[in-house]
Amino acid sequence: MESVEALVAHIQGLSGSPDELAQLHGLLKQADGDALRVHSAGLLPFLSHLHPGAHSLGYLYLLDSFVSSSANLRAHAGGDLLVTVADFLTSCSADQIRMAPDKFLNVCRVLKNEVMQLNAPIRGIAPLRAAVRKIQTSSEQLTPLHAEYLMLCLLAKQYKAGLSVLEDDIFEVDQPKDLFLYCYYGAMIYIGLKKFRKALELLHNAVTAPMSSLNAITVEAYKKYVLVSLIQSGQVPSFPKYTSSTAQRNLKNHTQIYVDLSTCYGTGSYSDLETFIQSNAEAFQTDNNFGLVKQVLSSMYKRNIQRLTQTYLTLSLEDIASSVQLNTPKEAEMHVLRMIEDGEIHATINQKDGMVSFNEDPEQYKSSEMVEHIDSSIQRLMALSKKLTSIDQNISCDHAFLMKVQSGRERARFDYDDFDSVPHKYF
Amino acid sequence: MDVDCEVSAAAATAVTNGLGGGEQAAAAPVSADQLDVEAYAAQYSGRTRVARLLFIAERCGVEAIQLEALRMAHDEARAREDTVLYLDAVLKINGRLGPRYRHDQAWVDSVNRRAEQRKEKLETELNGYRTNLIKESIRMGYNDIGDFFYAHGHLSEAFKSYIRTRDYCTTSKHIVQMCMHVILVSIELGQFAHVTNYVSKAEQTPDTLDAVIVAKLRAAAGLANLETKKYKLAARKFLETGPELGSNYSEVIAPQDVAVYGALCALASFDRSELKSKVIDNINFRNFLELVPEVRELVNDFYASRYGSCLEHLEKLKPNLLLDIHLREHLGTLYNDIRHKAIIQYTLPFISVDLNTMASAFKSSVSMLEKELAALITENKIQARIDSHNKILYARHADQRNATFQRALQTGNEFERDIKAMLLRANLIKHDFNQKNWPGQRKMNL
Repeated sequence: MESVEALVAHIQGLSGSPDELAQLHGLLKQADGDALRVHSAGLLPFLSHLHPGAHSLGYLYLLDSFVSSSANLRAHAGGDLLVTVADFLTSCSADQIRMAPDKFLNVCRVLKNEVMQLNAPIRGIAPLRAAVRKIQTSSEQLTPLHAEYLMLCLLAKQYKAGLSVLEDDIFEVDQPKDLFLYCYYGAMIYIGLKKFRKALELLHNAVTAPMSSLNAITVEAYKKYVLVSLIQSGQVPSFPKYTSSTAQRNLKNHTQIYVDLSTCYGTGSYSDLETFIQSNAEAFQTDNNFGLVKQVLSSMYKRNIQRLTQTYLTLSLEDIASSVQLNTPKEAEMHVLRMIEDGEIHATINQKDGMVSFNEDPEQYKSSEMVEHIDSSIQRLMALSKKLTSIDQNISCDHAFLMKVQSGRERARFDYDDFDSVPHKYF
Repeated sequence: MDVDCEVSAAAATAVTNGLGGGEQAAAAPVSADQLDVEAYAAQYSGRTRVARLLFIAERCGVEAIQLEALRMAHDEARAREDTVLYLDAVLKINGRLGPRYRHDQAWVDSVNRRAEQRKEKLETELNGYRTNLIKESIRMGYNDIGDFFYAHGHLSEAFKSYIRTRDYCTTSKHIVQMCMHVILVSIELGQFAHVTNYVSKAEQTPDTLDAVIVAKLRAAAGLANLETKKYKLAARKFLETGPELGSNYSEVIAPQDVAVYGALCALASFDRSELKSKVIDNINFRNFLELVPEVRELVNDFYASRYGSCLEHLEKLKPNLLLDIHLREHLGTLYNDIRHKAIIQYTLPFISVDLNTMASAFKSSVSMLEKELAALITENKIQARIDSHNKILYARHADQRNATFQRALQTGNEFERDIKAMLLRANLIKHDFNQKNWPGQRKMNL
């Protein structure tokens, strides 16, 4: 017990300057393991002597060894422990906890498991969001916490909360698995919010990420990719050439009915699609994609109605119903109405004689909002271009890259095309 | 120039007249009356005449014409001693023409026996030439064998023999001759890829070719392109065909056919200005068109935007054209294309078009027309939208400014998305690299 008290004293004394912290870190590392583990059950009271913000590093070590034992967790299930951990995550000092990231991650994971066990994922959202921000060195970095956080958001159905993390662009990744999960969960959040375009981007990243062997996350991601592509654009784009050969070769074999679905969608016949979906309903349900599949089905109406707007200026509801295979003009009216409300088509319905007039897009690109929007796009792209140029320079100076280029061996691995192929399209 | 043109036109007509069909022959393949089989057959010679007659017999629903065609095919095949076609004809006649047209096995046997003897003779001769290594004689030998096989209906053997002469050709004249033989057999065989091949081979020979040969080659190339569904190319080739063709190529194609094929392909694939410059103002081709006044009228109607009468003419021609051995397969597509072209051209100059008027111009109902228009708009062939309520078609002028804005924003978005994805992938690749070589460098361990 003494050593713990001494340790607490050290923690209290040595939590100031970076030098002191380094010294403390050394001490804590020594104490970690057996010394702390033995006393782990009794550590909780000591935490109250420490301030989570000022003594974050020490607090973290004590907390970690306390929660590492499952007996402790059981003893303190629910209630206070959760509050303690949550408090710590929100108020700890980012500089200190980054000295022991694995401990920090462990604590976060325990928090997540606890809230899951309590069936109250919503309680974990705020602390974990704080934790993500604390451990990130920059907003472009993907941490293992991203995926955990997004999963909690999904379970709690707090999709909007997930956005705060998703809106940052991710460039730095340490573990491929984190990325796959991040993309998959992120896409599901966007799907939940019906932002299919963003969802598609994330799924696209998951499917096209370099990989040497296929993983289950990618397969699931590709299934959703097919469905969301159909909802969004009515067709599934083929794999871009930078997709790993593993994915290109194997994905379709694992997702046969989804490929069939997209072929069936391509024929443009609503009834065919409906029969296909009904006969494969079970498979879609096992994949938990049935909801999306239903959306695919109803997107067929939308697509057909949208096509009509290209062709007709006015069309009676009856004709709309017959040409998109709806049963009654009433249903057609509902669909058209909903699409007008969602801004997907520009039209007016004349209920007196059952006519729909389709209008051109009223956007004139003259409003100040539009100019602002365009301007912000330009700014964003310029920033991106700059970044691209600097990365290009870095790569051209990179020792390893030059070696590879020179020796010409293993070109597939470090092919210049991987870095170069996309921009050429635009310049 | 004008005098020239008239002279050559007269010459072409004279040639046709000389063939024996006279005026009837000129009008035969396209008259709206029932097909005059005899006149039709008179336009062709050689094997194709029998083949065409059999084709007509097979497709024609009217029994009188069918039997007439079969009778002529039978006589012709018998005269040519072509047992293959003879048996085909006899089988189709099936005893309907009386005892004279029954299956005559004795005749077949005797012909075959004679043929066998002749073949042996030719082969021994050829072997003799080959041992003596006289190039020219070997070539002649193969040619004779080819001719022999062709005459008796063994087309693929004939094809092989003609191809073999290739190694023994010494002058470009020989090469052209070889090409012409191969083209002829390939057309009969339906191997149109060979036709195109050998046409270009013949055209590549260094010596200037005889005008008749050039015309034949053009017609053959046109035929090949027609059969391979390259209608625009086919139209060009037919239009380039010189009036020298006359009836010189009657074993393949009659000048009337050149007019019909060329005109239909041109209508289906050319735009208005091309139609004017390449068809209507084309002096050479006018000679061909003179042979088939209906088709000439049709082209002029189309150009003068009298679509109703143009389409009417087309409909009238249809039953006879369906009996054409080369055109039948393509008639549907060509007619569709022509109709679509007509609809597109009809709408082009207007800002708004009343569908009722248009439907009467096209002799079709408003709802059918609306469907056709909708299909064409969906395919982006007509820039217009239909006011289904008032039955009016409004031309749609794309707003360049808006479209540009839209495209710019979209391109921007795509660029952003692609670049981000690319940077991410680049980093992933880098990470993989790091992990392999310096495992200690990762910032966070799980």
